[in-house]
Amino acid sequence: MKAFTPIAVVVALFATVPLVVHSNVVLNFLVVALMIALAGQGWNILGGYGGQYSFGHAAFFGTGAYVTAILQVRYGVNAWVGFAIGIAAGALVGAIIGALTFRSGLRGSYFALVTLAFAEVLRISASVAPITGAGVGTLIKLDLRAQAFQFQSRAVFYWIILALVALSLAIAKLIERSRFGVWLVAVRENEDAAQALGIDVATVKSAAMVISGAITAAAGCFYAQYFLFVDSGIAYGTWISIEVLLTPIIGGVGTVFGPLFGAMVVKALGEGARLVTGDAPGLDLVVYGAVLILVIAFTPRGLIGGLAQARQWLMRRRGAEAHHG
Amino acid sequence: MAEPLLIVERVSRRFGGLLAVNAASLIAPESRITALIGPNGAGKTTLFAIISGFLKPSDGKVRYAGEDVTGQPPHRLARRGIARTFQIAQPFAGLSVRENILVGAHLHHRTREAALAVAERVAGEVGLDGMLDRPADTLTVAARKRLELARALATEPKLLLLDEVLAGLNPSEIRGIVPVIRGLCMRGITIVMIEHVMQAVMSLAENVFALAEGRIIAEGTPAQVAADRGVVEAYLGHGAAVKLGGVHAH
Repeated sequence: MKAFTPIAVVVALFATVPLVVHSNVVLNFLVVALMIALAGQGWNILGGYGGQYSFGHAAFFGTGAYVTAILQVRYGVNAWVGFAIGIAAGALVGAIIGALTFRSGLRGSYFALVTLAFAEVLRISASVAPITGAGVGTLIKLDLRAQAFQFQSRAVFYWIILALVALSLAIAKLIERSRFGVWLVAVRENEDAAQALGIDVATVKSAAMVISGAITAAAGCFYAQYFLFVDSGIAYGTWISIEVLLTPIIGGVGTVFGPLFGAMVVKALGEGARLVTGDAPGLDLVVYGAVLILVIAFTPRGLIGGLAQARQWLMRRRGAEAHHG
Repeated sequence: MAEPLLIVERVSRRFGGLLAVNAASLIAPESRITALIGPNGAGKTTLFAIISGFLKPSDGKVRYAGEDVTGQPPHRLARRGIARTFQIAQPFAGLSVRENILVGAHLHHRTREAALAVAERVAGEVGLDGMLDRPADTLTVAARKRLELARALATEPKLLLLDEVLAGLNPSEIRGIVPVIRGLCMRGITIVMIEHVMQAVMSLAENVFALAEGRIIAEGTPAQVAADRGVVEAYLGHGAAVKLGGVHAH
């Protein structure tokens, strides 16, 4: 149980925010940042622990968002049920893409490019298919009742996304400590050595892809319920593929808290840049790019890795001073 | 007599126009050390890759523990008890020594506690017990070789394929690791080793196969193979055996 204490502490701290802060702007910012943290944790399972860098996680985010929205709007399915089916659909898309890429032995940049292609195919299909509302998109009817998964209060949405993030943190921690997690990291470090030690590399990677797809899809489902609107550019757009890989890489790739930390930093910087410059479109992307370059150049293990390094350095310095003093 | 644990039957492997392994056969009797020697490029590592499932043979059969296992993938063979080390050590560089060995230990132990216990025991057996928390990429060449061995052992193999575990080590490091290998054999593990360090082959192996240009050219006790004319010529060039013999006669 001790291993989960940091998660409990961080989540408890986050949970108190709406009790103190009542600004809708701040809560809205935090809800979006937590949503990206959740989607980023999905990417982190496959990319961070498994070393398989996907450039197309929009495929999962969009599938979750569309499935949740379409089930409600076109089939009258309850929003909560739609949410659950959306997550399952993300897992299914993960299984399909995993089977097609890993069984055929795609690695590294080839894998990245093929995932990008999958997301783009889905985006273009969604922009013309009648069921998705094509270019117009799908609007979920306003119905501010809990059974419709809609709430007047931002705080409730905030606690729901926080609960999902908490669950994703716990899943990451469980994976880290399980045999599956050990195998996944071994696959990341060296596939040949992993095989020689009895690891079925394709199966391990595919399983990671399923979990990854489900978690990122959950963020998409939440997006649909929070904004009540989905179109192809939002759901399957490259923006989300980029944000979900940026947040763990900047925060700390292959760490439990990397995506959460990264999402807070990246989103805060993006908002900050927008405040300073007025609404220059795309400026947040410039900021992301600059931060990414700085992080990769100076702390390849992300800000969490950088903090650990800094702490070690400080302790060594203090140790040296004590020695001299 | 029982069937040897490993039987390689007329295995060949072609890479385009190159016949890397040409109808090679060898056997490894249970709980014995068998050595595979031969000059560089003879096809020894290719033959190991075929036995461990990393390469499929173009022709021929591999029998292990009484069954035909030809062409099975490496992870399945590892589960059945075939472990290998790599000629160039392949540590999981970002992980500690303990975590490296843990990967192998998890093959037959699901829980972390059980796998960690196996990892620590194996580390002790190969003499890595003082370095469990060191990052694998900070190890010396000799320690990396031990780590290769430890990881393979943690899978609790019946057949261990050692690809030049002594190469690149100095004489005192070799003296350190030879008893470790002998100890493994004593507790029942069947070992096939590719080795260039003849002094170790002589002291460890009961049976030696010599490979040259993809073919098995000699087989026998270490002394027999070392004295074999074909083997000497494979290493030193055509006519070398006669010249050496001539020098000897003077």
